[in-house]
Amino acid sequence: MSRPNGWEVVIGLETHVQLSTRSKIFSGASTVFGAEPNRQACAVDMALPGVLPVMNAAAVDKAITFGLAIGAHIAPRSIFARKNYFYPDLPKGYQISQFEIPVVQGGTITIQVGEGEKAYAKNVELTRAHLEEDAGKSLHEDFHGMSGIDLNRAGTPLLEIVTEPVMTSSAEAVAYARALHALVMWIGICDGNMQEGSFRCDANVSVRRPGEPLGTRREIKNLNSFRFLQQAIDCEIRWQIEQVEDGHSIQQATVLFDPDSGETRMMRSKEEAHDYRYFPDPDLPPLVIEPARIEQVRATMPELPAAMQARFGADFGLSAYDAAQLTASLGTARYFESVVAAAGAAQAKAAANWVMGEVAARLNREEKSIADSPVSPQQLAGVLARVADSTISNNIARKVFEALWNGEGESADAVIEAQGLKQVTDASAIEPIIDEVLAANPQSVAEFKAGKEKAFNALVGQVMKASRGKASPAQVNELLRKKLGG
Amino acid sequence: MPLSPDDVRKVARLARLAIAENEIAPTLDTLNRTLGLIDQMGGMDTAGVEPMAHAQDVSLRLRPDAVTEPDRRDALMANAPAAERGLFLVPKVIE
Repeated sequence: MSRPNGWEVVIGLETHVQLSTRSKIFSGASTVFGAEPNRQACAVDMALPGVLPVMNAAAVDKAITFGLAIGAHIAPRSIFARKNYFYPDLPKGYQISQFEIPVVQGGTITIQVGEGEKAYAKNVELTRAHLEEDAGKSLHEDFHGMSGIDLNRAGTPLLEIVTEPVMTSSAEAVAYARALHALVMWIGICDGNMQEGSFRCDANVSVRRPGEPLGTRREIKNLNSFRFLQQAIDCEIRWQIEQVEDGHSIQQATVLFDPDSGETRMMRSKEEAHDYRYFPDPDLPPLVIEPARIEQVRATMPELPAAMQARFGADFGLSAYDAAQLTASLGTARYFESVVAAAGAAQAKAAANWVMGEVAARLNREEKSIADSPVSPQQLAGVLARVADSTISNNIARKVFEALWNGEGESADAVIEAQGLKQVTDASAIEPIIDEVLAANPQSVAEFKAGKEKAFNALVGQVMKASRGKASPAQVNELLRKKLGG
Repeated sequence: MPLSPDDVRKVARLARLAIAENEIAPTLDTLNRTLGLIDQMGGMDTAGVEPMAHAQDVSLRLRPDAVTEPDRRDALMANAPAAERGLFLVPKVIE
């Protein structure tokens, strides 16, 4: 809990998650990002007279999926309402949303905040998640003093996910946003692309003295990166505390964060705030969700990250940290499971190290996702098997991996064969190398005999190098000690 | 509770209706009489009755998630008073 100067911070988040459907929520127009303006806006999206909305089943199923993933109540009957306001990118003059009875009610997301010893877990309770349509886009560059309107985005399905005001620092808010982001991608309801606006956060922030009732909140709109979320909240907290300490009161308002100046600025005050005059949309009767539909959706859902983490611990003896890393995305978890399936459970720890180490590093460097890894799980399992049966050392294994990554062979075995990387375990082949190294390094030998263990390691290194890594380090150790009479 | 002249001004502003000052009083009277009519329903005993959200006892029809609308931008834009580079042009609005 962060308490700057004895102040307590209260944060609630509202997140707009774009549901990854092919068509829009109430029309059959495409939702693909990046089309030329208005080429994906049909008569319904443009609100031409006489058109009627027809609900997209996939949007409903994705809302159900989310509700199940967070242990929420899926409303058997929920209502669509009109949220009335005037803006040119909203051609109907109202947004179809849900107000009094949303489709998803309650639920919890568990977050991990911080790292190391100060890390702690926290349950963030959700108020609700409701289905709604997105608005179009206004372009304010100069069109002879006019604004340009692109309605391609109008009618894109959104799930607005609202938390209770339970977070107490920007770190908790970011941890929640990250956990939610990972979850919606894991369960396949959102592509998670923040640059394209598929995941946008609004933060409600207030401050109070501990034990006092909630302070007046200000809402920071449209934060589309975790960094901006953190900066915007920190700056808003500082500003509010300054205001109150200087004897001013906080006025309820909607603000925008300017990343360039690092400041929040007022968009509209409460006096100007919209009165949306919600009422049930007569075009859309109640959304009725039968238990059978919920069970159908449940049957298609992947195992959730928390359950998978517990299983990795129980089945493979992995640490909580490893299990969390491996379940950062569904792609990573599936890759790891495929490696273990091919290499055997005994190799699980080694597989985890490779997936989190070499594989992650290479993917990172080349900005690839794990689905595009040039080394398949089966190929990686082949490498692990050869390390396990001592055909190659860990060092050589990295060489084999590198070769597989660069497409220099079909399998670990093929690479080992073609490049002659098989570990030399024949003592008669290693001994001459050791003799050479000892002859060439009399100083190290003398130092070792004088009791310097470091000198011994240097000699092992020389032998390994001379064998081009093909000798087994354990065997070199043993033979070297024998030769040196140690 | 009857509406006040300020309520009429506020609702008119929110609905973007241009109601002149001399029209406020007659509009207020009309609205209050309509609300009075609706108030009669307040006398009904609705204990245990689930609130209605729709006049008909039907549930929402769902359609399969498929793209069925072709690009008809040129035809749909033909009526627009102003358009350029595929965009509808409107008087500049920035909040």
